Amino acid sequence: MSFKDKNFRIVGKPMPRHDAWEKVLGNVSYAGDHEIPGMLHVKVLRSEYAAARLIAIDTSAALAVKGVETVLTAEDVPNNETVTKFGQTHTVGGFEGLYRVLAEKKVRFFGEAVAIVAAKSPEICDEALKLIRVEYEPLEGVFDPAEALKPGAYLVGEDDSNLICQYKVRKGDIGAGFAKADVIVENTYRVPQVDHAYLETECGSAWLAEDGVLTIRASTQVIEHFRGIAEVLGLPQNKVRVIAPMVGGGFGGKEDITVETFLALVVFKTSKPCTMTWTREESLLSHGKRHAYTMKYKTGASSDGKLVALEVDILSDAGAYVYLSPWILLYSTVKATGPYNIETVKVDARTVLTNNIFASANRGFGGVQVCFAYERQMDEVAKALGMDPLELRRKNFLHQGDALATGRVLEHAVETEQTAINVRKMLGEKTVSDKANILIGQGIASSMMSYGRMTFLHDTSRSYVSIELDGSVTIRCGVQDIGCGQKSSLASIAAEVLGVELTDVTVYFGDTALTPLAGTTTATRQLYMSGNATLKAAQYIRDNLLNKGAEVLKVAVEDLDLADNKLVVDSDPSLAMPLAELVKICASDGVELFNLAQFNAPAREFMDFTTGQGQVFADFTFGSHGIEVAVDTDTGKAEVLKYVSSYDVGQALNTLSAEGQIEGGAIYGLGYGMTEEILYEKGRALNANLATYLIPTAMDVPDIEVDMIESHGGIGPFGAKGLGEPSSVPSAPAFVNAVCNAIGKSLSELPATPERILRALKN
Amino acid sequence: MTMNIEIKFNGQTKSLTVKTTQSLLSALREDAKAKEVKDGCSEGDCGACTILMDGKAVNSCLVLAPAADGCEIVTVKGLGDASNPSTLQRGFVTSGAIQCGFCTAGMVVSAKALLDTNPNPSRAEIREGLAGNLCRCTGYQKIIDAVECAAQKNNS
Repeated sequence: MSFKDKNFRIVGKPMPRHDAWEKVLGNVSYAGDHEIPGMLHVKVLRSEYAAARLIAIDTSAALAVKGVETVLTAEDVPNNETVTKFGQTHTVGGFEGLYRVLAEKKVRFFGEAVAIVAAKSPEICDEALKLIRVEYEPLEGVFDPAEALKPGAYLVGEDDSNLICQYKVRKGDIGAGFAKADVIVENTYRVPQVDHAYLETECGSAWLAEDGVLTIRASTQVIEHFRGIAEVLGLPQNKVRVIAPMVGGGFGGKEDITVETFLALVVFKTSKPCTMTWTREESLLSHGKRHAYTMKYKTGASSDGKLVALEVDILSDAGAYVYLSPWILLYSTVKATGPYNIETVKVDARTVLTNNIFASANRGFGGVQVCFAYERQMDEVAKALGMDPLELRRKNFLHQGDALATGRVLEHAVETEQTAINVRKMLGEKTVSDKANILIGQGIASSMMSYGRMTFLHDTSRSYVSIELDGSVTIRCGVQDIGCGQKSSLASIAAEVLGVELTDVTVYFGDTALTPLAGTTTATRQLYMSGNATLKAAQYIRDNLLNKGAEVLKVAVEDLDLADNKLVVDSDPSLAMPLAELVKICASDGVELFNLAQFNAPAREFMDFTTGQGQVFADFTFGSHGIEVAVDTDTGKAEVLKYVSSYDVGQALNTLSAEGQIEGGAIYGLGYGMTEEILYEKGRALNANLATYLIPTAMDVPDIEVDMIESHGGIGPFGAKGLGEPSSVPSAPAFVNAVCNAIGKSLSELPATPERILRALKN
Repeated sequence: MTMNIEIKFNGQTKSLTVKTTQSLLSALREDAKAKEVKDGCSEGDCGACTILMDGKAVNSCLVLAPAADGCEIVTVKGLGDASNPSTLQRGFVTSGAIQCGFCTAGMVVSAKALLDTNPNPSRAEIREGLAGNLCRCTGYQKIIDAVECAAQKNNS
């Protein structure tokens, strides 16, 4: 069994994760666990207005408190405002946004950072925060994106419009498409702003290293923000170092800068080490949320179930700052059709500033909202046609070789239809209710979600692999490990290729000074990108080992393999040599047993924004969810009785880990369907704690039956596809489709709370 | 105002000077340097800070530090170490019950309290026993598997 004949020893097996023991023994030092002697504590003063002019800030009383080291406002920040191409490294139009460290001129959202205090203890910080006098002139603000678009609307920022950007896709003659339709179904779907609610709030520490490098150790998905931090401080980029230890959950919420600039500023001003951890309330109030969308879907279908026309209008609430809104909107625009081949398509999408908390990345990145709409819509069209929902989907699924509405041809494996068939089968016959007030329903939903960043970003990742003199393996790769097994996957790849055990590999990760930059842990890209880079580096070392082995043993290279810490001769097992011995020979002969490899994602030019034609994504992961619910017609409560999920994973690196992604994704998405919503009153979030912002508990969810198809048709290592985001995308529509099937009514709004279900029942 | 308390911490006697208003969570993390106890919300909603206090699972953020005086406190580190991990810790590793790991310390401790009172729980009872511990990554299934697996090992 080995890498050579694709009969893997490690890849594709259920393995305990590489990082499991350190976590279960309580040994991991997360970003908030790090202590430095003499460190200051840092806290933030946050705005109590969603919209206000900032007239003056008086920090003198706060500064006078004993133990207060510094109080900083916008004017203390060398470059408080920077224009950032959020998270990316190439200059492209339309994707820039203002990044403001501390509020100035106008406050844009409730919870926006206005000032920071650094003091000897958290209690002194709290005392000082109370003494900062801020003079605000409250402004009316605007909280609804449709209102924000009207002429004369309150302007959130300094520009003369609240519209950030708009995209469109045009395929064929939409008028002719609808003219051919036998049924036309029109609905408006609404999804709310939601939070990531990772268990670890934003946290970190920072210090000035002896060589003058400002070092920040933070809970982040993006260590490469060191460039942005350097810009804020006016420092050269190589004087800022960011370290990401194990992250206690990310889901996109730690993709943007959170604590990093605050910590950096305090070190910059005081030269003293410092630490900061956000409270749960702060976390809920002040990091980016998933965008609330209003989506109008108009679908035309012929009587035999062929989709002939789709017209979509998307309005996205970006909240108070731009952040990743344009990117997310582009994801939604391209994915608005779902995994369906529709004859004519017209999509228009806009994202708009309001005085709500800013929205940015959240697991599914614009693919989630539209999935709710297109999959609810499929069930509504099926109902209008009197057709089975699976049958309607099967008549319209995209297959390998078909083109999206953007013209992009799907070159790689497309197993959506199989996953939908599988979930239907796994759901089985409907449970029979024995109570008059309990209605049973089943629903399915399918989805397509990209993995890897947009192709015009020319994405790269680097990984360094080496073999030590005793045959153990070291990887240095700048991935951030946010809990999905990023580190473990890289170890599996190197162990497989180099014929060692998983425990023989040590992975150094997440450090801009010591690990080659591997890009962001976002966009379901790390297995694909850094996995491929690690595979490439390990393959280089393997080739060198085998060439030397062939020379030493006087056999053909093709006859050699690496397995079980040995150089193996296939034709004569007695010739096997311990790997460590071969390594020593290579070392004394100067053979390179290290390699820094870069993987370049396939790059494309920008799509044509006048027509919406072109390639945006390299590949997609396809899958389906199936849910059975029992709805209590007295209370409106919908209990999930069965949950099944099927994905084409390409190739599972670690089946236990892959299942974990699919199960976790399903439940993350189910919260979106059932309970989660940031409730607002004029921009003020009313449920900024985990007692009122409800994520699923162990009691709320059932076991999930997982089905994995391995097409080997992905573009990740060994044909893998990405799972992190895709696994979560179709949960909410599957749940709501099941509820609608149970009650015989239509729901078009998330979350499908008992109140909404009862209201639908009464209509 | 401060006061001195003495706790039996993971088997060892420990004296701490705590503020009368300080939470046990804060005393454990900041004074006893027990960083394995996690702070996910400080208000009793998430269970990340769960510890055993005289054998009962409690949210340490909801206990005032002075109330722990004379008590026996056990954290995940008190359940086992690398050379001698508990069956629960083993179960969490082999079942794939750990993703980001931030809820793990509290989750394992809650599971320990559950198995101490109910050595052979059904899956539904495990779900109920862990309902106070939030996990955002796993969807809970493999955590339930882990507890079930540990219970079987304990009982065999």
